[in-house]
Amino acid sequence: MGRICIRGGRVLDPSAERDELADVLVEGGRIVAVGPPGADTGGAEGVDASGCWVAPGFVDLHVHLREPGQEYKEDIASGGRCGVAGGFTALVCMANTQPVNDDPSVTEYILDRARQESPARVYPVAAATRGLAGEVMTEMSALVEAGVVAFSDDGRTIMDSGVMRRVLEYSGLVRVPIITHAEDRTLVREGVVNEGPVSTRLGLPGNPAVAEVVHVARDITLAELTGAHLHVAHVSTAGAVELIRAARERGVHVTAEVTPHHLALTDEATLGYDTNTKMAPPLRSQRDVDACRAGLADGTIDAIATDHAPHAVHEKDVEFTAAPPGVIGLETAVPVTLDLVRAGELAPLEWVRRLSTGPARIIGRPGGSLAVGAPADLTVIDPERRWVYDPAKGFSKSRNSPWIGREMIGRAMVTLVGGTLVYDAHRGVLAP
Amino acid sequence: MMGRDLLGIEDLERSELERILETSLRMEEVGRRDVKKVPTLRGRTIINLFFEPSTRTRTSFEIAGKRLSADVVNFSPSSSSLTKAESILDTAMTLDAMDPDAVVVRHKVAGVPKRIADALQAPVINAGDGAHEHPTQALLDLFTVWQEKGRIDGLTVTIVGDITHSRVARSNLYAFSKLGAEVRLAAPPTMLPAGVESLGAKSFTSLREALEGADVVMLLRIQQERLAGCFFPSIREYAATFGLDRRKLRFAKDDAIVMHPGPINRGVEIAHDLADQRPSVILDQVRNGVAVRMAVLYLFAGRSPREAARREG
Repeated sequence: MGRICIRGGRVLDPSAERDELADVLVEGGRIVAVGPPGADTGGAEGVDASGCWVAPGFVDLHVHLREPGQEYKEDIASGGRCGVAGGFTALVCMANTQPVNDDPSVTEYILDRARQESPARVYPVAAATRGLAGEVMTEMSALVEAGVVAFSDDGRTIMDSGVMRRVLEYSGLVRVPIITHAEDRTLVREGVVNEGPVSTRLGLPGNPAVAEVVHVARDITLAELTGAHLHVAHVSTAGAVELIRAARERGVHVTAEVTPHHLALTDEATLGYDTNTKMAPPLRSQRDVDACRAGLADGTIDAIATDHAPHAVHEKDVEFTAAPPGVIGLETAVPVTLDLVRAGELAPLEWVRRLSTGPARIIGRPGGSLAVGAPADLTVIDPERRWVYDPAKGFSKSRNSPWIGREMIGRAMVTLVGGTLVYDAHRGVLAP
Repeated sequence: MMGRDLLGIEDLERSELERILETSLRMEEVGRRDVKKVPTLRGRTIINLFFEPSTRTRTSFEIAGKRLSADVVNFSPSSSSLTKAESILDTAMTLDAMDPDAVVVRHKVAGVPKRIADALQAPVINAGDGAHEHPTQALLDLFTVWQEKGRIDGLTVTIVGDITHSRVARSNLYAFSKLGAEVRLAAPPTMLPAGVESLGAKSFTSLREALEGADVVMLLRIQQERLAGCFFPSIREYAATFGLDRRKLRFAKDDAIVMHPGPINRGVEIAHDLADQRPSVILDQVRNGVAVRMAVLYLFAGRSPREAARREG
């Protein structure tokens, strides 16, 4: 952990509204100086960032690292490697492991493994209810003490409104967000693709947009009642964006995230029955995609989160209805979402904000800043770099991506976590 | 002309539909001979791979293959292979390794024939996948109407019943509209799928309006066990509102014909006395099914890529 100088890059630091060419000097795990390029840094190791963007490390609010229990899909080490290769320095991992992270012993196991094996920081989310069963709330104080940053029954929606009300209410004790996977299961039923012309053509059961909208409306209403911090995971519908925008305007404490795939793909991507286009919530219509992009641009949606959800090839290579939903996304988030910058919908500084400062603030952890004294978590992005995505050449144990074989523009070239160079695009993952 | 596989009517051009109909006409003649057999597919192997049980369709394909002198093998993975947890693709590739000249696939989930076709060398013929397509049913329906009316262009075809869960409705919608007919769909709102008009049909919730001026009335089977109480209140109410009897049929043209892909629920979607005699053509549909499937096997299994590869080699 010596002295490293990131030289000649365009520094994008949303926390300081900074967007200028500068050198960033790192020492002792922290940022020690940000200044005009070319200054003498007294023999620090140099990283050439010319032509690139230097940003605070990205914080992914929504990943599934699958450990403990499903290490054949991913584990904390491989997931951490995917993260730093994609520019992410911190990963917020969901609780639907085996066993479920609903007990401090599981939280401690995850954090312990992360310290030993993961190049990225790992912040666990605990289940909001025991066993994700939607009935009895977990021991929130003990879990927060063990290190969790939020509670969620992600993947399983808390359908009992009374339970959700108590969970939100009780979270006032620990002051961490409750993350909702907002899909009314009584409306989803067996639906597997967005309900509309595409589901009708495919002959597959439809999952209607209103299943999300109805549930977001319920959860916002309960957040308003309880004063809790509600975070809406993977927003996918125009209706939900609208509800969140209105709720924020009247002061409800609600934040939101959107995935790269819901910003970039419509349900038409599913027309070939490729199970790597099966997600929960499903890919939606063009109108929904447009609304999610607009919501991200105007700040209604605070964060881009990948919902990185690894599944083995043999699990995905089955009938569409039987395949588990979800795709991997850590290594493709940068190029996929840079499309919004290229399209003029997001300024580069705002793009960085949605990937770093915004999500870091939601979980109340350091990150998202290149201020002097901040932990030296940063990434160097080449926004013009062209490459072809092949998951076999990536770091995930799984291959379930809708972008296989696609040309990508933009890539993380270098990533530092706590002042240590953990990733270099030419040399791979370097630590731990 | 014509892809390797027959996965759906949506993929076919008008000219391809016409070619299948004309070929069916020649095959139908074979079925009227004393010796109902020609050597066209002698030495070819056709596998009927039915993951979902269907005695009627499988038998029709089997007779069609045998009338063309093909060797027809029925393979119905039952619960035994499910307990072995062999994947569908593994099953299909195992069969492919035995060098069939065509594989006829039926599965209860939409898209499975496409996934199998992507993995196999042999041509795949879809014999019905979930609520997606049932192309040979639509072809036999087209053929039946063509024989009855002498044309398809300009006709009005009304499809009545559970459109949401029907592969027959989708395939017929594509088939008849590609050949110039007007297709109407009639059902309670709960059984009209979202955005169905974007597929090129008009939808109606009034059976009377849907029948006015219709040349063809096509009824769909109501799956009582799955639907009653969920998509409509009761069988009694469905039969009263959407069940066809001679009184309601009067709203259609005088010479309208009544069709049903079978098996029929007497007294539910069709009145008992209407099912057995003109203007019902239900048994003609079944008869024509063999001729149409002979045409499909001839066109798709008669020029398998293996054969082409062997010739080149």
